[in-house]
Amino acid sequence: MGEMEQLRKEADSLKDQITAARKAVQDSTLQEAAASITVVGRVQLKTRKTLRGHLAKIYAMHWSTDSKLCVSASQDGKLIVWDSITTNKVNAIPLKSSWVMTCAYAPSGNLVACGGLDNMCSIYNLKGKDGNVKVMRELAAHTGYLSCCRFLSDSEIITSSGDCTCVLWDIETGTQKTVFAGHQGDCMSLAVSPDFKFFISGACDFTAKLWDIREASCRQTFGGHESDINAIGFFPNGNAVITGSDDATCKLYDLRADQELITYQDSGIMCGVTSLAPSVSGRLLLAGYDDFNVNIWDALKAERVGVLAGHDNRVSCIGVSSDGMACCTGSWDSFLKIWN
Amino acid sequence: MEKVIVAMQDPDMGMKMRNQRLLITVIPHAMTGHDIITWLIQKYSICEEEALHVGGMLVKYGYIYPLKEPRSIVLHPDESPYRFQTPYFWTSTRWPASELDYAIYLAKKNIRKQGELMEYEKERYSVLHKRINHTWDFVVMQAREQLRASKQRRKADRIVLECQEQAYWLINRPPVCSVPLHYTILHNILFCTLYCTLHCSAQYTILDCTIEASRRALGRNRVKSSVCLEGFVKYSEQYQNHDPIMQGCLPSNPWISDDTAHWTMNSEMVPTPTRLRVECWSFSFMELLNDNMGRREFMTYLEKEFSAENLCFWQACEELRHGETSRIAEKVEEIYKNFLAPGAARWVNIDSKTMDKTLEGIKRPHRFVMDDAQMHIYFLMKKDSYPRYLKSDLYKNMLAKAIVPQETKKSVFPFMRRQRHSSPSPAQAATTATEEDGRAKGAGQAGANSEGGSHV
Repeated sequence: MGEMEQLRKEADSLKDQITAARKAVQDSTLQEAAASITVVGRVQLKTRKTLRGHLAKIYAMHWSTDSKLCVSASQDGKLIVWDSITTNKVNAIPLKSSWVMTCAYAPSGNLVACGGLDNMCSIYNLKGKDGNVKVMRELAAHTGYLSCCRFLSDSEIITSSGDCTCVLWDIETGTQKTVFAGHQGDCMSLAVSPDFKFFISGACDFTAKLWDIREASCRQTFGGHESDINAIGFFPNGNAVITGSDDATCKLYDLRADQELITYQDSGIMCGVTSLAPSVSGRLLLAGYDDFNVNIWDALKAERVGVLAGHDNRVSCIGVSSDGMACCTGSWDSFLKIWN
Repeated sequence: MEKVIVAMQDPDMGMKMRNQRLLITVIPHAMTGHDIITWLIQKYSICEEEALHVGGMLVKYGYIYPLKEPRSIVLHPDESPYRFQTPYFWTSTRWPASELDYAIYLAKKNIRKQGELMEYEKERYSVLHKRINHTWDFVVMQAREQLRASKQRRKADRIVLECQEQAYWLINRPPVCSVPLHYTILHNILFCTLYCTLHCSAQYTILDCTIEASRRALGRNRVKSSVCLEGFVKYSEQYQNHDPIMQGCLPSNPWISDDTAHWTMNSEMVPTPTRLRVECWSFSFMELLNDNMGRREFMTYLEKEFSAENLCFWQACEELRHGETSRIAEKVEEIYKNFLAPGAARWVNIDSKTMDKTLEGIKRPHRFVMDDAQMHIYFLMKKDSYPRYLKSDLYKNMLAKAIVPQETKKSVFPFMRRQRHSSPSPAQAATTATEEDGRAKGAGQAGANSEGGSHV
């Protein structure tokens, strides 16, 4: 297998060259850059509302763009749209398959989507003519479980799946428009950039990839984690990607420097990160862990500045509303809590 | 799986075989378990564990059989001898193994060994005898015939054939028959074949892709980390006042006070926006465009400058990008008519190269056909109109008129101080709470908690 050996050697040498090129632009450390900014001090958020109603583990939640409504999915087979201020349930949608792993709210507020072990993404129309919430489309083509989905608009949605691919769908026709293949492990999560031109996906091959939606290609790949990447998000200015992994660390990768710039880790944390969300200014990073807590990190100084402890089971999902007012956490203890 | 076997038996690249001595007879073409593993590792570049697994499957499904302990259908990675099963006896070609054949085999064995069969074989023999009694004569006749024919072969060949047959039946009629083997065989044959061939070709594809991607990545422009980090710091500082978790919000946080005044004041179409909101428009062009009120204001300004068609064009392109697929052709047509056609009512000024490219693309309209033109106009507005807007009277007046909401507080208990935001930062001045009764515009009654600290 001389040929295989040669190819391997070439791949390795290219990798070394890239590492060297990345090192060459590292002319400053985080400590230096963040030396001048004011300290945040202890951040204490309190639970303002608890949304009760699910009967089983909550696996995903997503805020609506109006910052008042949010949708959550639980393995009791229900998708519930909450008015988070009054804690009323606006819609309780029964699902065909109870093994749901993700949910999403469309930016327009008209649609919600969910999917899971049924390998399909089901789209529901909330503003139907007769007031009933019905399935609008069932997007089926994945050969693995649906781990995450996010709307681009009312006509397009991106899904990531356990079959190692991400797919861009046309909701109207229910067909696949583009398949983004390249990961070598289950894709666990995805996030869309603020300008809707790119999206990032984190997978079980320990890498995160930046994809160009229009070109249908992978622009950049970021490695460095030592275990599955469970959660991923954009820094609010769209220039950096934050990932959370089972190796108990979160990392910030800058898109322009093409490398990891900040790692959020603490020797006292030994359990994996399940979900993360940056605050609106990007200064704070909220990350949910397997040890039932949410840690609040100072994103620029890489220090822990707070803890949200209130759940009795693993925190499975977290989201900050688009006006930055509140953060919502969902947990396996079947409750959603709104913190502020 | 069979491809693997064929590859293994290839005279040049296949396994090296030796003559093995079994008791006094020499068995030709045998190989050791260790050799099998080594060959698999080399040929398919897999690790030892995988090779053991694949080799084990080859033995389990009868493509290779052990010579020393024929009943132990396992691959030992040592000096134990193995042989390839002849294709005649491959499970895939001959399954399902018929009862008749088994009966014949057992009958032959019975005759040859003069009744000395293994326990389970004896049992099965009698069961079969009962079941296919009607053809028993045929069975015995066949058995005798086969034995006679084999006596005419050389001893070495005879032993080989006997071994092969025995191995075949050990696989297909194992002593402890829990699951019908042919069911699992079907699944696993497919799995094994695919596994071996795909694994090899998959490795090549993965390597090729990695090399291609690495080459592209090497050529990329990388920005210094100091610049990037500074960018984050600046962004956070700029938006700090807009981050309610860090800074709290006015008039009061609806989550704490249950007073939705904040949202009412910041709703899309208010007569007077808040100061924070108007300030935000100066942070970046996208912020201005993303806020509907900001966009409206900008449009008013452009109308004064007689360049409103730029923003209209940009908006139409956005609708094209994010709208329904079925209306794409229709929208492209409209955009062309209104903005790009010579003599159009709201003709936009695009450079000739982009215009040519766009016109070419319109012939086959798709969602992103207007991208280049849209980018051109976007940058035109960003570099030219936007900075002038920020310096204009229109914007300055808006900023001056904008409300800075007063914090609401409970009039009954002025002594009560609740944190304005849950997390007091030591960096912020914790100032006194002596305030007049502020009235936030559009707020309800002052049913909110009194807040300490003043607005920066």
